[in-house]
Amino acid sequence: MAVTEHPAPPPVEEPELLELWEDAPGLPGFLSTVDHKRIGLRYIYTCFFFFFAAGLMALVMRGQLARPNSTVLGPQVYNELFTMHGVTMIFLFNTPVLAGFGNYLIPLQLGTRDMAFPRLNAFSYWIFLLGGIFMYSSFLVGKVPDGGWFGYTPLVSRTFSPGLNIDFWGLGIVFTGLSTTVGSINFIVTIFKLRAPGMTLNRMPIFVWSMLVFSFMAIFAVPAVTLATGLNELDRLFGTSFFLPALGGSVLLYQHLFWFWGHPEVYILFVPATGMISQIIPTFSHRALSGYLWVAGALVTVGFISFGVWVHHMFATGLPPVAMAFFSGASLIITIPSGVQFFAWIATMWKGTVKLTTAMLFAIGFLLIFLLGGITGVMVAVLPFDWQVTDSYFVVAHFHYVLNGAVVFPIFGAIYYWMPKMTGRMLSERLGKLSFWVMFVGFNITFFPMHILGFLGMPRRIYTYDNGLGWGGLNAMVSIGSAIFGLGTAITLFNWAWSRRRGAAAGADPWDADSLEWATSSPPPHYNFAAIPLVASRHPLWDQRPLPYAESGEEPETGGLGPGGAVKRETPVTSGIDTRPEGNLEIPHETYLPFIVAVGLAAMFVGLLIKGAVVGVAGIGLAVVGAVWWAWRTEEDLAPSERTPG
Amino acid sequence: MTAAGATVSTGITRPSTRRSYPTAWWGMAVLIMTEAMVFAILLAAYFFLRAASKEWPLGGIEVPKLKLAVPFSFVLWGSSIPIFWAEAGIRKGNVARLKAGVLLSFLMGAAFLAYTLYDFDELHFGWRDNAYGSIYYTIVGLHALHVFVGLAVNVVVQLKAWLGRYDRGRYASAEVFFLYWHFVDVVWLAVFPALFLSSHLR
Repeated sequence: MAVTEHPAPPPVEEPELLELWEDAPGLPGFLSTVDHKRIGLRYIYTCFFFFFAAGLMALVMRGQLARPNSTVLGPQVYNELFTMHGVTMIFLFNTPVLAGFGNYLIPLQLGTRDMAFPRLNAFSYWIFLLGGIFMYSSFLVGKVPDGGWFGYTPLVSRTFSPGLNIDFWGLGIVFTGLSTTVGSINFIVTIFKLRAPGMTLNRMPIFVWSMLVFSFMAIFAVPAVTLATGLNELDRLFGTSFFLPALGGSVLLYQHLFWFWGHPEVYILFVPATGMISQIIPTFSHRALSGYLWVAGALVTVGFISFGVWVHHMFATGLPPVAMAFFSGASLIITIPSGVQFFAWIATMWKGTVKLTTAMLFAIGFLLIFLLGGITGVMVAVLPFDWQVTDSYFVVAHFHYVLNGAVVFPIFGAIYYWMPKMTGRMLSERLGKLSFWVMFVGFNITFFPMHILGFLGMPRRIYTYDNGLGWGGLNAMVSIGSAIFGLGTAITLFNWAWSRRRGAAAGADPWDADSLEWATSSPPPHYNFAAIPLVASRHPLWDQRPLPYAESGEEPETGGLGPGGAVKRETPVTSGIDTRPEGNLEIPHETYLPFIVAVGLAAMFVGLLIKGAVVGVAGIGLAVVGAVWWAWRTEEDLAPSERTPG
Repeated sequence: MTAAGATVSTGITRPSTRRSYPTAWWGMAVLIMTEAMVFAILLAAYFFLRAASKEWPLGGIEVPKLKLAVPFSFVLWGSSIPIFWAEAGIRKGNVARLKAGVLLSFLMGAAFLAYTLYDFDELHFGWRDNAYGSIYYTIVGLHALHVFVGLAVNVVVQLKAWLGRYDRGRYASAEVFFLYWHFVDVVWLAVFPALFLSSHLR
């Protein structure tokens, strides 16, 4: 019958389990691992490499713009830098770093031992890494994308951009889009099928909710950008005419496709960032999040509404007024669920006892910055105002407040909050607070004056400006601010490096937090939990002391829950709604297959880029062989979940 | 923090009694959502281009012929039926029915793919001619690619069945393939009326 529970935490070191779950040492283990924690951390580190690369590009651009008529950079290099800065921040930092945190944290927060598809998880990382290398290799051959991060047609058509530059961009976006899609499928199934017994939907941590919304939005939005850039590549490489008006194509179609993804993408980034905030604020307010159900509902609502606002990027294209009024209205309505979350955070702090740790400072800094970014968002949602400021520095200021301020600040907060779990070492609070204040001050000196520059008529994407326009003083201020902001981020980088050697040991639960990732040691053992925790509350570590763990039962469905029967590479599968055990999912052993298939796909994209049929076909062949081999092994790798005949 | 000491009901570790699909099946279901979106967006692009042009098809291209398209469409849609039959069989452990159903479905799918390639060969326009040619070949070609991938996976499933790797309760990859194949058929339910039938409405 039902399994028994034992209240004492199970022993952490179980040599047999550890042996079963450990990766091979060295390079073979590195290339073949399917451990979600290794992959998650790898995602985060790779993303931060790209973050600092994009930051350096921004600093060089600010060096050019600091004074009028400056000649640090020519127009071509400037175009390349602002394109790659945007591409890197959107496709190679913000989106994947959130997936990285999700990868690391979601199985832990759900009380399970890995993701639903560990091999796909490794695959999505390799795709992301190779996609990033693909785009950055454009620097090596001197053909850097230069059409802006959203590359409008006809500028990016073969006629006006004949070089390889745009192909690096277009093919790279299609390539990295695969990574997001595959990762999202994995998150959705993991969240629905691998929750610990008792963790019903309304007991999931808000970060899990936010990653669920992230994933569903990505599933429905990413195809649009894949098609926008993909069809443009067909035009460029194979001579089709989707976006060529002379042959019946439409340049507006490109904009519709791009922004049908582009605007949800803003929320794809923003929703998990708020999910992080909704974990940090309650922990350091020593109080449950106010209005949990309202916040979860707001995340889902934002997900839906965000698909009805894309045309607000196209207000200046001359669409029918009725259409524009609709999209303007939808853009204004989205402030309601955002406001709900905002008030929930304020109420949580108001009624709690706030402890100003570094993570909490980043959360509060986020609130202030998001407030301003949200207000300018409402302003540009209003048609007549948008017509005045479109393509000016006001828009640059607005989207840096939301994408840099309201996404990067939560990510830095998350670094300070969760890094101790990932490395087992505390970051320095002193350096952390210093980093926060330098970043916060630098951020506002950089981006606030841009609003005014926009009002003064400074267009975005110009590589220089004349002396007499009156923009010099503010631009100098912006450039100084960007250096301060960069310094602030460097302090955190230093802090991380320092803490790896000198940081105090973190212990399992340094913050007295409520969710399950803090129930296991820091860093967690390869199998996460020797026994699966049983959940009876939204805040298991606060309400269930000591935390009860399951023991393996007699039935095949419950055999993998706890110590005893669980010395296997398996994790329990539970039913999607009421989390009853359904069987066990065998976690595949390390395998090179994800790496092989990813390399095959990369070769295919290189083949398209250089129009080398041999390379492309060889790549497809390698990917197909890998994929068939992978499918062939399904039954070996996915043990049968014993079923009741239906 | 709410009141401490919430108790765990032992009921939550009682096994589920509902019939469950393997996690891979759910993964395929979500993959299908995103694939469906690809086709939905392509069809939206088709109608967007059509609405923006004075004549359709563009450049005096004739509307798609229905003489072969209709019967072969029914062959494709019909190929889901042996799959249902095979699935019901393997659920009871009947591998022979699985083999027969999947093979029959392969033949029907292959017939449809052969028709599509024949039709491409017969068309008097290319995908470089104009935007109509581009979108027509892209949508029909992408669907044909899905049929081709389905047939390839079909072969893998048949091989596994013949080699005795399936039995009752152990056929996750077959179940995933079934779902994918149904999707390939359902997409044609949207593509066929949009590209073939609607051009005849004037």
